[in-house]
Amino acid sequence: MLRPMPAPAINVRGLRKSYGALEAVQGIDLEVAEGEVFALLGPNGAGKTTTVEILEGHRERSAGDVSVLGRDPARADRAHRARIGIVLQSTGLNQYLTAAETINLYRGFYPNPRPLDEVLNVVGLTEKRDERVRRLSGGQQRRLDVGIGLAGDPDLLFLDEPTTGFDPAARRGAWEMVKSLASLGKTILLTTHYMDEAQALADRVAIISAGRIVAEGPPSTLVGTSERVTLIRFRVPSGSPPLPAAIEANARESAAGVEIRAEEATLALHELTGWALEHGITLEALEVTRPSLEDVYLELTRGAEQVAST
Amino acid sequence: MSDLRLAARQVGYENKAFWRNPAAAFFTFAFPLMFLVIFNLIFGSDTTARFGCARKFSVSNFYIPAVTAFAVISACYTNIAITVAFTRDEGVLKRLRGTPLPSWVYLFGRIVHAIIIAIILVVIVVLFGRAFYNVDLPGKTLPAFIATLAVGAACFSSLGLAVTAIIPNADASPAVVNATILPLLFISDVFIPLDKAPKYLATFSNIFPVKHFSHGLLTAYSPCPTGTGFVASDLLVMGAWCVAGVLLSARFFSWEPRT
Repeated sequence: MLRPMPAPAINVRGLRKSYGALEAVQGIDLEVAEGEVFALLGPNGAGKTTTVEILEGHRERSAGDVSVLGRDPARADRAHRARIGIVLQSTGLNQYLTAAETINLYRGFYPNPRPLDEVLNVVGLTEKRDERVRRLSGGQQRRLDVGIGLAGDPDLLFLDEPTTGFDPAARRGAWEMVKSLASLGKTILLTTHYMDEAQALADRVAIISAGRIVAEGPPSTLVGTSERVTLIRFRVPSGSPPLPAAIEANARESAAGVEIRAEEATLALHELTGWALEHGITLEALEVTRPSLEDVYLELTRGAEQVAST
Repeated sequence: MSDLRLAARQVGYENKAFWRNPAAAFFTFAFPLMFLVIFNLIFGSDTTARFGCARKFSVSNFYIPAVTAFAVISACYTNIAITVAFTRDEGVLKRLRGTPLPSWVYLFGRIVHAIIIAIILVVIVVLFGRAFYNVDLPGKTLPAFIATLAVGAACFSSLGLAVTAIIPNADASPAVVNATILPLLFISDVFIPLDKAPKYLATFSNIFPVKHFSHGLLTAYSPCPTGTGFVASDLLVMGAWCVAGVLLSARFFSWEPRT
């Protein structure tokens, strides 16, 4: 007998959200499968948080179809909220309760909570269980936030910028935690503006910029989309003559130097070195590389940083 | 877990956290007593006609019910408005909205906790008055005293929630709360017996619930009690403000930080 295909955990079609004249989300399609770790990646103000808050049920959408665990989040009831866990960007905690009491307080809200010891273990706070919140470090408090999101043993977990403000060691720790959550079979939708974070954690990534998804796929194939491109970076002394016309079209100048995105790398290098020799110019810090995922991201989201604020 | 058990549990957690900050707890309870002592030091030799008795009585008789009113207003209105504004700004209310906890359960927990603090404060002030100022407890007017306290606590809790709608952010909350309550405490027979105040001021302060609260408590605490001590008009005005507070909260209360 044929089984029906499992419904996706999250299904979004043509999602739009306007704040007055500002269109923060301009038609987004998303599909997140059950058990998948999906990352929404984008600069501040790209529409990540707005999108996630609509999926969480915190915000009404202006247009589009949204289904989360088979329900419309705008009409979520208690039973629906018992199946999702939400970890917001930054949330206060009662400073005078202990870590274990905090988790227990929230566990009490759910019909089938996850055992306390398991929650503490997953977020790495077993040793701090009887420590009051005010004596926990910033990273430990953030992990406690995640623990609260797990208290109800949700099928779907929203993690909004789980590591913003962390030092590198704390970020690694948080990554390990998200990986162990994924190994529990949870569907996880996380937002981040760190490329390496998406690369380390996500099965699939959608890059969002100025309210639109500009690229989507597994991290490896996202790099593949610009496989033909080679990056040539260098610095030239001030007062140098203009670059040859053939490569200037693909050049971008910044304080760090010049970057050329060349599809025909051999030709571009030939033009460049020929021009440098002809004018007696030294190409300082010359570098020829393939684009990393970070370069893809920066290229796709360039100029969109100041478009909107969420 | 049933919703009522959840609500009781919420009160338990609020309480636990409160007592774990001993400095805050100490000053919460010492604060009204400080006012009681200071007012008595300054005005203790005066007499007042505020009770409407045949003769004037010492202002100490006035200050026990007056500071009781102040204590309940601090514990309910001031405390609820400021803590709710802070938890709202910290995103705690928003997080709770994303859980299956019914919204009313959290607010119920906050309000019941505030009322527990108010009850302790009232007991302290009343016992302090009896021990140090020879002010007798109400006898046959005790039911009126308790009923007035109960209506007042409900009224100022409801208004404490409602006022958060005009508090833009947590940092502004003490300023907004004090600006809305302190002037009324001065013109409503709480901080100063208004024996010599101009008539229009008394008429003006009659609009607001503070005056009716203090007036109801003064009547129930009268050194020359007549009847049961119930003042229906005071209870009605406070009840109306209570309902207004609930309606305004239902319409304008925000679960998210305001930006």
